[in-house]
Amino acid sequence: MEWANQLCENRQFGSKMTDSKYFTTTKKGEIFELKAELNSDKKEKKKEAVKKVIASMTVGKDVSALFPDVVNCMQTDNLELKKLVYLYLMNYAKSQPDMAIMAVNTFVKDCEDANPLIRALAVRTMGCIRVDKITEYLCEPLRKCLKDEDPYVRKTAAVCVAKLHDINAQLVEDQGFLDTLKDLISDSNPMVVANAVAALSEIAESHPNSNLLDLNPQSINKLLTALNECTEWGQIFILDCLANYTPRDDRESQSICERVTPRLSHANSAVVLSAVKVLMKFMEMLPKDLDYYSTLLKKLAPPLVTLLSAEPELQYVALRNINLIVQKRPEILKHEMKVFFVKYNDPIYVKLEKLDIMIRLASQANIAQVLAELKEYATEVDVDFVRKAVRAIGRCAIKVEQSAERCVSTLLDLIQTKVNYVVQEAIVVIKDIFRKYPNKYESVIATLCENLDSLDEPEARAAMIWIVGEYAERIDNADELLESFLEGFHDESTQVQLQLLTAIVKLFLKKPTETQELVQQVLSLATQDSDNPDLRDRGYIYWRLLSTDPVAAKEVVLAEKPLISEETDLIEPTLLEELICHIGTLASVYHKPPSAFVEGSRGVMHKRLPARTGSGESTESPDVGTAAGGSAPEAAPSIIPSQGDLLGDLLNLDMAPPTTSGPPPPTTGMQMGGMDLLGGGLDSLLGGDIGGSPAMGAGFGAAPAVMPASLNAPVGGGLGDLFDLGGVGMPMGAYIPPKIVWLPAMKAKGLEISGTFARRAGVIQMELILTNKAMSVMTDFAIQFNRNSFGLAPAGPLQVLTPLGPNQTIEVSLPLSTVGPVMKMDPLNNLQVAVKNNIDVFYFSCQYPISMLFVEDGKMERQVFLATWKDIPNDNESQFQIKDCHLNSDAASSKLQGSNIFTIAKRTVEGQDMLYMSIKLSNGIWVLAELRVQAGNSNYTMTTIRRSGSSQKMLTFFTCAACTLTSLCCCMDLMLSQYNT
Amino acid sequence: MQLPAKMIHSLFLVNSSGDIFLEKHWKSVVSRSVCDYFFEAQERASEPENVPPVIPTPHHYLISVLRHRIYFVAVIQSEVPPLFVIEFLHRVVDTFQDYFGVCTEAAIKDNVVVVYELLEEMLDNGFPLATESNILKELIKPPTILRTVVNTITGSTNVGEQLPTGQLSVVPWRRTGVKYTNNEAYFDVVEEIDAIIDKSGSTITAEIQGVIDACVKLTGMPDLTLSFMNPRLLDDVSFHPCVRFKRWEAERILSFIPPDGNFRLLSYHVSCQNLVAIPVYVKHNITFREGSSQGRFELTLGPKQTMGKGLEAVLISSQLPRGVLNTNLNPSQGTYNFDPVTKLLSWDVGKINPQKLPSLKGSMSLQAGASKPDENPTINIQFKIQQSALSGLKVNRLDMYGEKYKPFKGIKYMTKAGKFQVRT
Repeated sequence: MEWANQLCENRQFGSKMTDSKYFTTTKKGEIFELKAELNSDKKEKKKEAVKKVIASMTVGKDVSALFPDVVNCMQTDNLELKKLVYLYLMNYAKSQPDMAIMAVNTFVKDCEDANPLIRALAVRTMGCIRVDKITEYLCEPLRKCLKDEDPYVRKTAAVCVAKLHDINAQLVEDQGFLDTLKDLISDSNPMVVANAVAALSEIAESHPNSNLLDLNPQSINKLLTALNECTEWGQIFILDCLANYTPRDDRESQSICERVTPRLSHANSAVVLSAVKVLMKFMEMLPKDLDYYSTLLKKLAPPLVTLLSAEPELQYVALRNINLIVQKRPEILKHEMKVFFVKYNDPIYVKLEKLDIMIRLASQANIAQVLAELKEYATEVDVDFVRKAVRAIGRCAIKVEQSAERCVSTLLDLIQTKVNYVVQEAIVVIKDIFRKYPNKYESVIATLCENLDSLDEPEARAAMIWIVGEYAERIDNADELLESFLEGFHDESTQVQLQLLTAIVKLFLKKPTETQELVQQVLSLATQDSDNPDLRDRGYIYWRLLSTDPVAAKEVVLAEKPLISEETDLIEPTLLEELICHIGTLASVYHKPPSAFVEGSRGVMHKRLPARTGSGESTESPDVGTAAGGSAPEAAPSIIPSQGDLLGDLLNLDMAPPTTSGPPPPTTGMQMGGMDLLGGGLDSLLGGDIGGSPAMGAGFGAAPAVMPASLNAPVGGGLGDLFDLGGVGMPMGAYIPPKIVWLPAMKAKGLEISGTFARRAGVIQMELILTNKAMSVMTDFAIQFNRNSFGLAPAGPLQVLTPLGPNQTIEVSLPLSTVGPVMKMDPLNNLQVAVKNNIDVFYFSCQYPISMLFVEDGKMERQVFLATWKDIPNDNESQFQIKDCHLNSDAASSKLQGSNIFTIAKRTVEGQDMLYMSIKLSNGIWVLAELRVQAGNSNYTMTTIRRSGSSQKMLTFFTCAACTLTSLCCCMDLMLSQYNT
Repeated sequence: MQLPAKMIHSLFLVNSSGDIFLEKHWKSVVSRSVCDYFFEAQERASEPENVPPVIPTPHHYLISVLRHRIYFVAVIQSEVPPLFVIEFLHRVVDTFQDYFGVCTEAAIKDNVVVVYELLEEMLDNGFPLATESNILKELIKPPTILRTVVNTITGSTNVGEQLPTGQLSVVPWRRTGVKYTNNEAYFDVVEEIDAIIDKSGSTITAEIQGVIDACVKLTGMPDLTLSFMNPRLLDDVSFHPCVRFKRWEAERILSFIPPDGNFRLLSYHVSCQNLVAIPVYVKHNITFREGSSQGRFELTLGPKQTMGKGLEAVLISSQLPRGVLNTNLNPSQGTYNFDPVTKLLSWDVGKINPQKLPSLKGSMSLQAGASKPDENPTINIQFKIQQSALSGLKVNRLDMYGEKYKPFKGIKYMTKAGKFQVRT
């Protein structure tokens, strides 16, 4: 195809005297013809042939077969021909290393040429040939060129050191090139200084601990002098290098700022933004009452505004950075709102960014203008933009209290347009406004209700239902409205179902007489007909609450809600500080920690804004910790972002506007986990066949034969008791759910993670399978958990020592401790995990079976058990059934013991075996249970009681109509959550 | 082991139909399949200009600019300042345009070897090397028909044999030994006004982007100073590196040794806080009625605050709502055109005569039975005003030091509409 295109082009241009003639050769015999021409005696023919070769190369054709013939043309005094051959060499030397050696002599000779242009060209090209054998020959010529009398050669050689370091770092160090490079920082020519800085910065990036860029007041002074005289690109290198320096005191800081400020007027926007970075960082050290401080603030605004009149691509990068700057120092741009107004032909990526900044700058002073603009945007054509504009109106209302009323009326106007997606967005944001200003704007509810039928997006439906439930007492027909949603209950998304459940319960508590039927209907829909555990759990909680203590129910369900915060999407402060130190970089465009952008973790250096130091206070040497290449311990490279960063990121994941509902919609991982629990789980725990590990099978098989007399019951606890007597926590075949995919490769740039949890020898293990489905090697794996309900945390680093090649798989098991920070999760056994490798940081959440937390010493003293059990009033007892279980009581008991569910006693009454069992969770909570097994009946009945180790307080029972044994976990979850609320 | 490769790794040129027609690698070769991520983004974008400028891929980042309907896609491997890359790409585009007159796929293909030589000269190991057009032209001579013919006959070369003189001097932007028989220095003050005008005709925002472009052909090493009548207008400026910043800070005078040939001396920004005079007004009445298949369209233009200078080259364009099937309009002058497929209305008005204001009136036919369009069209206006800088900026005098001869000096003013939009 490509070829055909070229032929067409050729027909068009073939007659002209242009390079397109180089495309005219036909494929057949092309290489052969070129070979002949390259070996021609005529210089001109040779040159033309090399040009043809280069032309083929540029369009991606493989002409490497001509390597020896092209290299033969290298020894020439025609500079153009030489350059062309060099171009060719750079492209193909890597694939033909043996041939490339042929070129070495010419290189060495050219490095001695009288013409500095040729010397520089030779040293430059040699550095680009990434062949080890050649680099050895490069050292001597390079050494000479670094000290060349001509600055053009010196500056080229400086870059060459960085190239060589990239190929063979050890060689560069051994040959002392780094020291020579450092000396070049004091070179008399500013261009040489700039290139030396650039080269050193690049080398330092792969050498975080070396003291390469030793920044001190003297070297800073040299850099500042060179800054004024070097090229725009050199200025960027120098400014980025300056940004790594931490001045000793406010006076030094001010003097650097003064010398950097003129760069704000540079025509090159990259220079401007790098200068802004230096100033934003160093002004942190200036006292706020200083006159210069306010002068500097004023000087920062115009260049930032100017960036917005540049090309859209530049604007985009500028806007992403301005977003950070207005979060850190809103005062800089507070008067410049208008430049962020959107033009209708701005590219969409610019529009969305401008909108974001408009909201951040919105204040009482400019809100009228902002609202008028937003209203205008809400009538544009682009749906994404319109939606964001409507949301922005809501955010303005929440941010600027005085404007709330105007925002609400603007939203009402928009609702009147009846444009479907506008109406839905408006309702979602009005819900947030209600939460911020309760009991203020309820008069609009009637208007909202008129649009009930047009809502087809879950978020909007959920918001509307929330509003109806929350203000049920003021809406005469609230019951009718909610009932209308109930008809299609099972077709709704989880979000809507949960809201509907809560809203109807609210309604019931407010108007109990008329809505009894409705509440019963929704409770039975949620608990009996739904297979969504979230929904079921919430249904049961309400049911239990309503049936035991309606007063408490009222307190819980109708409790006063905390007001939602003003800004929902501010960047977490430590991350913001770090990003301010990285203004102008990719990190600042993506608002992600810079560590996410460095291949390999070595280059990661957390930067912090400097603290303010008075000139009198600091007599000691400056803290160079934040300087790249600095060696202060504080700057030790850290593999994982600090806890704060990670949490910030994990929290950022669900930055959705605040909703009232508790549990987020279940993730796929959870649904899969749920299915496994119900399907495979029963099998493994109680299944008749030998399901899980061999140990479990053995326990089961041996059980009938061993009947210890430790219990007065006729049959004892099985093999498990033997282990127990031995007092050793042996691997007893605890229930291990099958591995499921937690992190699909699609979401993690090629990394797939599947896994499960197991409890082995008393240690909780997270068993992971990492698969590299990307095209390149992955290294530097690390793992971290968010805070979770039971304080699970990795007990050691993730042991992936060898790099993971493409299509390779590795199995790792990560021991976990339960002493980490605790935070209640929803669902209770949810675990949010961050995994990092050289490519990025990935987040996923998974659920661990609660049985992992059952500890080995969960066997309660019989007397204690008896006393505790008796304390529970009979009417609190509730039961649930385990269906289709074909084990006898002993086998069940031994199998359960494998999962640390201990049988304390067994009794037989009228052919019914009754097992009494205890469980202890890792956080000291006890659970007591009774299991009844009727001979010949495959259904078990189970009763569970939970008590806390600390408070000794008995909690309510819990009924479950049709429950499998594994739902023991579920009911415990529920009880725990009840306990927590 | 892969070390972080700072700076620009590779460059791909992609045409509007999504073909890569040139690739250049400054380090190792990156497979062109990396562009698949770019093509995906291109497919997702509704308009060519909506492709996001920074695209992450598993191992690289793609930073692109769209110029002359060609995407210049730079590949970087790790943390590189995106603005640095974008600025560099702009410089590449400018250089191509400078060398070949136009920057098109055909021109690039016609000069592929020069392009390759240029790219090699502009970047070394991903570090920018020579990006000043003055210096590049000494290293690689721009192709001309004559030279191509001469080269073919004589076998001489496009490549300069000598180290460019300017590259290491204190004035890297100027070569030494410049000679002209006619010494002349021309300055163009060009202002573009961006504005948003609301329905009622009041200004929501207006700002002026100004530039002073120079064409200086002076012998030797002239040292110029340019002063303004009202330098206070310039509080937000970006200078060519040749301008002595200290002198500006202290005296508000532009003092510089100019590059040879064409260059942009200064760009400035007059923000909306200063009062910006709007030179044109639009009276409009564009209405759709519910249930009617006809809409009314009326537009009248008039000059306003133009300081006596005429509005020229006036061009109106507007994206009408999708529901509009066709229009039946009558221009009082000029020609109008409506494309029923793209719904783009354009009206080439020409000059505005203050005595006889141009108007465009008539009806629009709408889809029968459809509800009336939700959005109101925005009107985009282009115009020129010769001999006037809208901000009022005026050059006071231009002096030359350092050389003996008397140069010919000229200053021109012009105002153009930038993004000038009227909401209806």
